[in-house]
Amino acid sequence: MSDNNQFTRRRLLKTAGGIALVSGISAPAILRAQTAEVIKIGHLTPRTGFLGPLGEYAVMAIDLAVEEINASGGMMGRKVELLKEDSVNPQTASTKAERMIERDKVACIIGEISSASCLTIAQVASRNKTLFINTGGNSDALRGKDCQRYMFHVESQNSMYVKTVGRSFLRDGLVKGKKWYSLTADYAFGHDLLKVSKRFMEANGGNFVGDDLVPTDATDFSAYLLKLREAKPDLVVINLAGNQTTNFLKQYAEFGLTFPVGGFGFDTALAWAAGKGNFVGTWPVVWHHLIDTPGSKAFVAAFTKKYSKPPENQAWGDYIATKIVAQAVNDLKSAESPKIIEHFEKGAKFDVLKTRQGYFRGSDHQLMHEMYAVTALPADKIKNQWDIFTSSPPVPGPNEDLEVIAATKEENSCTFAS
Amino acid sequence: MSAMLLTQQILNGLLDGVYYLLIALGLSLIFSLGGIVNLAHGAFYAIGAYLTLVLSPYLGFGGSIVAAPVAVALLGVVIERTLFRRFYRSDPILSLLLTFGLAMVAEQVLRMIFGAPPLSYSIPPWLRGQVAIGSFIYSFYRVVLLGIAVACIAGLWLLLQKTSFGRVVRAGVQNPDMVGALGISLQPYMSAVAALGIGLAGLAGVLLAPIYSIHPAMGQEIITPAFVVVVIGGLGSFWGVVAAALLVGLVKGVMVGIGYSAASTAAIYLLMLLVLLFRPRGLFGERITRFE
Repeated sequence: MSDNNQFTRRRLLKTAGGIALVSGISAPAILRAQTAEVIKIGHLTPRTGFLGPLGEYAVMAIDLAVEEINASGGMMGRKVELLKEDSVNPQTASTKAERMIERDKVACIIGEISSASCLTIAQVASRNKTLFINTGGNSDALRGKDCQRYMFHVESQNSMYVKTVGRSFLRDGLVKGKKWYSLTADYAFGHDLLKVSKRFMEANGGNFVGDDLVPTDATDFSAYLLKLREAKPDLVVINLAGNQTTNFLKQYAEFGLTFPVGGFGFDTALAWAAGKGNFVGTWPVVWHHLIDTPGSKAFVAAFTKKYSKPPENQAWGDYIATKIVAQAVNDLKSAESPKIIEHFEKGAKFDVLKTRQGYFRGSDHQLMHEMYAVTALPADKIKNQWDIFTSSPPVPGPNEDLEVIAATKEENSCTFAS
Repeated sequence: MSAMLLTQQILNGLLDGVYYLLIALGLSLIFSLGGIVNLAHGAFYAIGAYLTLVLSPYLGFGGSIVAAPVAVALLGVVIERTLFRRFYRSDPILSLLLTFGLAMVAEQVLRMIFGAPPLSYSIPPWLRGQVAIGSFIYSFYRVVLLGIAVACIAGLWLLLQKTSFGRVVRAGVQNPDMVGALGISLQPYMSAVAALGIGLAGLAGVLLAPIYSIHPAMGQEIITPAFVVVVIGGLGSFWGVVAAALLVGLVKGVMVGIGYSAASTAAIYLLMLLVLLFRPRGLFGERITRFE
């Protein structure tokens, strides 16, 4: 029996390194034949990694939207064909966006959740003069110093999230003269949100006592929880993202901490995953499945029928963005990006399944629409695994301008490169 | 920061390291004996967590702690018998590709069965609460978790050191040809080691399901730090892996404790780099002829 195992330690390290490099690049999409009969829409969103769970809702929702659009005659009578890819990370997102635009000739790109990937996709979209609608990237910078003429935002900016839930914190006396401590997701979204949070809390008399940046792959929060317990804050602000939020909530309950909790960013799926009894606090959302409007009820019913579970806020984003594009294309009788952009910039109004219609603000391309603050229900008042919170009425209220929660020109200004 | 808080962070970091240890010990064993770099090890951890969700309504959490790792271990034996055994003596790049693919298949299967959104699972009521150890208040669940993990690790050490089974395994790590020449077939030992190592990963999945987010890609989150632990600890050394796991947990915890949380992940890679520079064989790595 001869030993032909040529395995050395050095070789193991080399091989492992190689695998790590290769695994970042995923398989190319299958080539599809070009047909003039269909209108192609590109969909990019993270389906793996810490934002993957949210991306899955985005995919389910855009599938439903396209199904409904095709059932009612498509766009300009042409069938809509969807090209969907996992955007993985900012570099891969940019490569895939380029391929969708240059090779597959998509009419527009919809999607994304990571603020960092939004930026790279927007750069490709602008270079190729193709519309990109961001459905999940929150950072104010995307609507400010990094804004692009070809990028529009259905997702609310961080300022809107902060000012929406901020009203609840102010009402509950958790801001003025109170100590707040925050945990921040360590990437573009979190950094931006911390900046906006500090601006709001300082303006309203809160005392900032500390912040910890949390790596995006963090799963264990015990070290952070020990620090929190020592700091004894009056309000714990959770500016985390994706699985981080679920992990935090589960372990916060595990350690029996009872400081009031809230966040300036949120996704319903993460609360569902934390589960009854673990989900606590008050959080801002762009949309939720309990909104009592005919449009939202129809969407929730159709989604639940198709997937046997209610949609969450990320599903709303990709669903409504696709519906907005379809309506614009049909109204304009054109799928050319410059024409759609002009239409949006003129303030065209769209049904966004809420009490008021929404429109894109011309100065920064942000969708102006109502938001909500949700508060966790106590465990004994929860009837099922989905309806685990109560909602505030729409913010801003019926007599207020929709723009009052958005960043002002002084807070965040955008100049489109001509 | 007070000395009290620093002590708490050190203790907590060491406890955190124990979770990595459950994954890393199996990785190290399977690699040492069979030369298989098991990139699918994290997938077995994820399967353990999902099995807890499935089995809990019938067996409770207590029953799942026993049943889920056993089921995962049996799955490990099937994988070993049908796949791993074909690659023990071939170029390691092949087994790397195999297990890399296996990890992706497992993740997708979990996604197809359970869906991509994370699923909820909580600590059972009888394990909730806090315990005070002196003035250090800590989660009761984590103390229980530590007890179970330490018992398993001690059991594994006794098995490897004090039984004839362990003697053959240790001899097989050092020199499989000599073991063969003595008329002992390593094949059943390989299966047993795969069952043990993979079963431990399944156990980690069960124990962490109540406190971590349960989603199909959860295996990927744990496999990288576990590999770092194996590399730092050194191949073939039981205590090397133990020391490395505790060290990794400690470094991460203290980095957060002293306010450098953003660098807490980077710090463990830096630690690995330093160990490789100054002790290329790992902290307590033994000289294994066939790997030199």
